[in-house]
Amino acid sequence: MKLLVSLLLCLCIPAVWAAESTTPKPDIGKGGQCVKDAQWMRLNHMHLLKHQRDETVRKGVREEQNSLKNCVECHASLSNNSVVAREDGFCVACHRYEAVKIDCFECHASKRRATLVTKDVK
Amino acid sequence: MSDTNTQRREFLKTSLGAAAVAIAPGMLLYSTANGKTEGASSQVRWGMLIDTTQCKPDCNDCVTACNTENGLSGGKSATDSQWIRKIEIKDVSNGRVTSLPMMCQHCEHPPCVDVCPTQASFKRADGIVLVDRHLCIGCRYCMMACPYKARSFVHETLTDQNPDVPRGKGTVEACSLCVHRIDKGQIPACAEACQNKAILFGNLNDTNSEIYNKVRSVASKQIRADLQLNTGVRYQGL
Repeated sequence: MKLLVSLLLCLCIPAVWAAESTTPKPDIGKGGQCVKDAQWMRLNHMHLLKHQRDETVRKGVREEQNSLKNCVECHASLSNNSVVAREDGFCVACHRYEAVKIDCFECHASKRRATLVTKDVK
Repeated sequence: MSDTNTQRREFLKTSLGAAAVAIAPGMLLYSTANGKTEGASSQVRWGMLIDTTQCKPDCNDCVTACNTENGLSGGKSATDSQWIRKIEIKDVSNGRVTSLPMMCQHCEHPPCVDVCPTQASFKRADGIVLVDRHLCIGCRYCMMACPYKARSFVHETLTDQNPDVPRGKGTVEACSLCVHRIDKGQIPACAEACQNKAILFGNLNDTNSEIYNKVRSVASKQIRADLQLNTGVRYQGL
């Protein structure tokens, strides 16, 4: 019995270690919860964003809470103020892991507003 | 029998009242917490009246303000976007030169919306003509349809856009009447920047607004009025 347990333990440790090394560890910036809990957001953030974008662009309903701008404000990395600049950026970390391309930031700002205001217009 | 009915009525009244009292603050709190605005209203028609007699030929303030507000380069290269431009028109019979800013005229019947194959080009309820860049495929039909040459195509990859004004390669864009400012209750950047107050912005449907009364009292023109597009931008002194 003891042998079996130790064997199982030996098998489990590398599995846990392997899982930990590959799962994404996004830099959550300031973090905090303003919409829903993290697990719900992992599954559903894209639906919120897609709904909100159509409401905002086509109807002019500008709800701050679910806006992409608002996400970036809190979740941009504290070191470089961006959600996509590094491998562990808040958006990039999981999207790279899941191999899902994000097009948002080809048009939308990926940095905190404060870091863009002083910048000269390109 | 009638007694029972009265009791029932009283009960229903009381419970309805109680329900209203219980729900109302919740709804109020919900809408406050979410900061939900009611969105664009069809009661409103945003427009501009541009007094060309006050527009100075050597002044470019509206264009600069637009570029700064929307993060445009200001025409550093030939393909760069231009949302507003200054033009000069000359009456050849007497040589009189008039200077005026030209941009999207926010038509009531916009040709750009008619031709768009993906419905990316659209008119908002309050009369602002916009491009939904999520749907735009960059075919540029709208650019060809526009009689005012108001739209630009983004040819190059852009970085560090203004968070309020998302723009990107492969889509068409134009003057949005600073829709992000209007939704905050501000006026467009060009109207704010004009030193001679040549650009009057307001609600063409509001009988108390300055623009409504001025459009009724002074002669103004729509450019290419013959196309019957009923533009939101009107010019005075042409």
